[in-house]
Amino acid sequence: MSKNKEYLIKRGNSEYEVIIGLEVHAQVLSKSKLFSDSPTNFGAEPNTQVSLVDAAFPGMLPVINEFCIKQAVKTGIGLNAAINKRSIFDRKNYFYADLPQGYQISQYKDPIVGEGSILLDLPDGEKKVGIERLHLEQDAGKSIHDIDPQNTLVDLNRSGVALMEIVSKPDLRSPEEVNLYIKKLRSIMRYLGTCDGNMQEGSLRADVNVSIRKTGDKNLGTRCEIKNVNSIKFMQMAIEYEANRQADILEEGGSIDQETRLFDTKKNETRSMRSKEDAHDYRYFPDPDLLPLELTDDFISKIKKEIPELPDEKKKRFVEKFKLTPYEANILVSDIETSKYFEDVIKNSDIKLATNWITGELFALLNDRNLEISQSPISSKNLSSLINLIKDGTISGKIAKTVFEIMANESKDPKSIIDEKGLKQQSDPNKIEKIVDDVIKENPKNVELFKSGKDKLFGFFVGQVMKKTDGKANPKLVNDILKKKLN
Amino acid sequence: MSDIINLTLSALIDKIKKKELSAQEITNAYIARAEKSKNLNTYITTDFENAIEKAKKFDEKGNFEYKLPGVPLAVKDLFCTNNLKTTAGSKILSNFIPSYESTVTQHLWDEGAILLGKLNCDEFAMGSSNETSFFGNVESPVGKKVVPGGSSGGSASALAAKLTPATIGTDTGGSIRQPASFTGTVGLKPTYGSCSRYGIVAFASSLDQAGPMTQDVSDAAIMLDVISKYDTKDSTSVNFKRGDYFKSLSSNIKGKKIGIPKEYRVDGMPKEIESLWQDGITLLKNLGAKIIDISLPHTNYALPAYYIVAPAEASSNLARYDGVKYGYRSTGENLISMYENTRSEGFGDEVKRRIMIGTYVLSSGYYDAYYLKAQKIRRLIKNDFDEAYKSVDAILTPSTPSSAFKIGDKTDDPVSMYLNDIFTVPVNLSGLPAISIPAGKDKNNYPLGLQLIGKAFEEQNLLNISYSMEKELSFKNNLQDWWIK
Repeated sequence: MSKNKEYLIKRGNSEYEVIIGLEVHAQVLSKSKLFSDSPTNFGAEPNTQVSLVDAAFPGMLPVINEFCIKQAVKTGIGLNAAINKRSIFDRKNYFYADLPQGYQISQYKDPIVGEGSILLDLPDGEKKVGIERLHLEQDAGKSIHDIDPQNTLVDLNRSGVALMEIVSKPDLRSPEEVNLYIKKLRSIMRYLGTCDGNMQEGSLRADVNVSIRKTGDKNLGTRCEIKNVNSIKFMQMAIEYEANRQADILEEGGSIDQETRLFDTKKNETRSMRSKEDAHDYRYFPDPDLLPLELTDDFISKIKKEIPELPDEKKKRFVEKFKLTPYEANILVSDIETSKYFEDVIKNSDIKLATNWITGELFALLNDRNLEISQSPISSKNLSSLINLIKDGTISGKIAKTVFEIMANESKDPKSIIDEKGLKQQSDPNKIEKIVDDVIKENPKNVELFKSGKDKLFGFFVGQVMKKTDGKANPKLVNDILKKKLN
Repeated sequence: MSDIINLTLSALIDKIKKKELSAQEITNAYIARAEKSKNLNTYITTDFENAIEKAKKFDEKGNFEYKLPGVPLAVKDLFCTNNLKTTAGSKILSNFIPSYESTVTQHLWDEGAILLGKLNCDEFAMGSSNETSFFGNVESPVGKKVVPGGSSGGSASALAAKLTPATIGTDTGGSIRQPASFTGTVGLKPTYGSCSRYGIVAFASSLDQAGPMTQDVSDAAIMLDVISKYDTKDSTSVNFKRGDYFKSLSSNIKGKKIGIPKEYRVDGMPKEIESLWQDGITLLKNLGAKIIDISLPHTNYALPAYYIVAPAEASSNLARYDGVKYGYRSTGENLISMYENTRSEGFGDEVKRRIMIGTYVLSSGYYDAYYLKAQKIRRLIKNDFDEAYKSVDAILTPSTPSSAFKIGDKTDDPVSMYLNDIFTVPVNLSGLPAISIPAGKDKNNYPLGLQLIGKAFEEQNLLNISYSMEKELSFKNNLQDWWIK
């Protein structure tokens, strides 16, 4: 990364580098929970997705949901990570009203997935961010404090839902890198179908570890952990605030206390939740209700075969095969649905035009209407025909934009729109020549001026021809004929 | 009527199948006797009305092909029973009515058995004398003010007093075998993973195992046939090929190699236990078995390791009893004080002691020194057995280091109470099957038991050896019904 783009906190003569590591909690995309067969539907009535196991009734036992294991392994493979053939589920013990068992089943010393990495696409190249580990754990329920004035209410729908905790190495250096990291991670998991990445529904949230050090220092500073941040914007704001808070303390000669902090989204500040001394003693130990999880080579290799082409490979293919720029390829592969749409369109139409139309007009339209590409009013097939109509000269690029707008509102195929509205391009040279002659005849003064050297008037003549043809004249023909006649 | 209650389970089943006795007659006989035996305090909850109703139904259109056709049974109150209060002997669950059935009890009902009620036990199965129950101590029919052992003390007492023809208990460190030994009954702890733990109130998950408590070895085989089944709802359940235990019973043990572990000759073991063991050895020789001296070198560490592992698991297993969801709830100014009050009032002293021990040994900074070390010892103890089983088929030891004691004798000294489990805990730590059979009596005429420890999943072998010994021992409790009112 070039020096001038570094994200640094400046205080007087000092410059501080910001060191960030993320612990992302990603909800496993699964119909049922990690250790029970209760459903995981979002937004269900409180306490309707709860089994006896989830509510920790006496004598109830956890049974591993094999599908969740597959999802974790799949994600591990997608993160280029080592899959641990033997992993252990531990109990993390603490009391809370929305934790019915009095412990969370998690993985501590022996997670299912070990070290891996994610590639970030920075404006000036790629950056590899290390993954420390991925482990499976149960989500807790939800305590609701603001419905009943006297009591806290508990909703156990989430209790026992499978989460993947994905821990990065402290390799991130700026809020923008965090943004790219989360987006890339989410993109990979969506490609794999292992997490929907929906941050509004809480399917993806993160604990953010922040420390700072003077530029050039080799040792890491004391870190603070900002708990449970649920949007990229808030993560960035929290890091910005926290890095500056730490810089202020160090600049005044103070030292950073290792602690857990909360980000207050209303006041845009982090504040202390508990210090290191107050940290829970979770008394981790292997859950005796569950045997160590042993994965066979066969199990892992079967999953490997199910791994689709991932964003990095797809980008490479798009650049090499379709001659896209890395920038264009990035935009098109970041969302799997977009990449599918793109590949559908170019099956029968021009790649360059398709790239421009998708990243330009289509994205603008979707953005405008706040739609996902899967909800696009213009199907890939119709966009493909539109591009072919431009390519074969049936309509001009300008008319195409008009047609596109109509398509966006009426979801019709472009051909019938062109026929209905008579938008077909005028490409008969004889007819155009006749119109050009008319225009020259009607504007003798301007012809004089043009011939005397006022080249800029050429546009005027083109405009006149277009006006007479309602913009339907083939622009290339108009140009050619005008040039011939005027010179 | 007195004929009925004197029948073994196998004899009862026989008479039902031959229609010489009806389920109603039998059920009524046991209920009548229970009504007169209340001062033993064996029952926490009775379900007599339903039992009579079910017996009637069975007589009308029951399936006589079942393994337990119309047989009334009372079970330890650690098994969750649908719609019937399940307390685990604790105040904290004193009002808890499950909406589900434990797998093991479901197997009983599926084979035609009828639930009589729930039997007293030490609180959360933590105890060796049934004195820690919130519902009061249980008296043993073998003598006035004598403990029945624990934690399945209510089960042992009810069985010995003929209030149920057979029963089931749970064994975490000896909770089936020790009370069986104290009451002159047969108690079998199957291999860990044989009987499902689903629906059994958990004490220490890696050690807990349900098993039969019966009048004789044949009855134990019948019960094991019913309750030992693979269950996908318990991840530690093992899918091995189970035997046809009752049908395969054989008293031919010629050539069987029986190990005698020298480490079980503990200091201060009473003479009568010593000679009981010696007599057992002689008997096995006479039956054609080969006696082989063996060593289980890490035996001394079993008890301390057990009293780290079991409380550690218990401290976590019992965290769910917090007053939030079910069971007893106290009041408090906030969540924490509600927790504190609920658990202070809801748990008894022994349970609190073990929760504290367990919390301590799992704490950061102590985990390696206690819990981890105990797990290593556990592995060594298992290795001892594996080594021994290279040269023997089973191991013979006394079931307990002493006979039954008086109520109150050991309640002030937890360690002397824990020492009761010295011969039984190595078995749980190793996951092995073991059976206690009545083999003699002490100077007070209290029963004494011998324990046979087998190889994993070889319950049939254990049953056969004890079956052949039982025939020769012809033990009789000869209880005088002193408690009947």
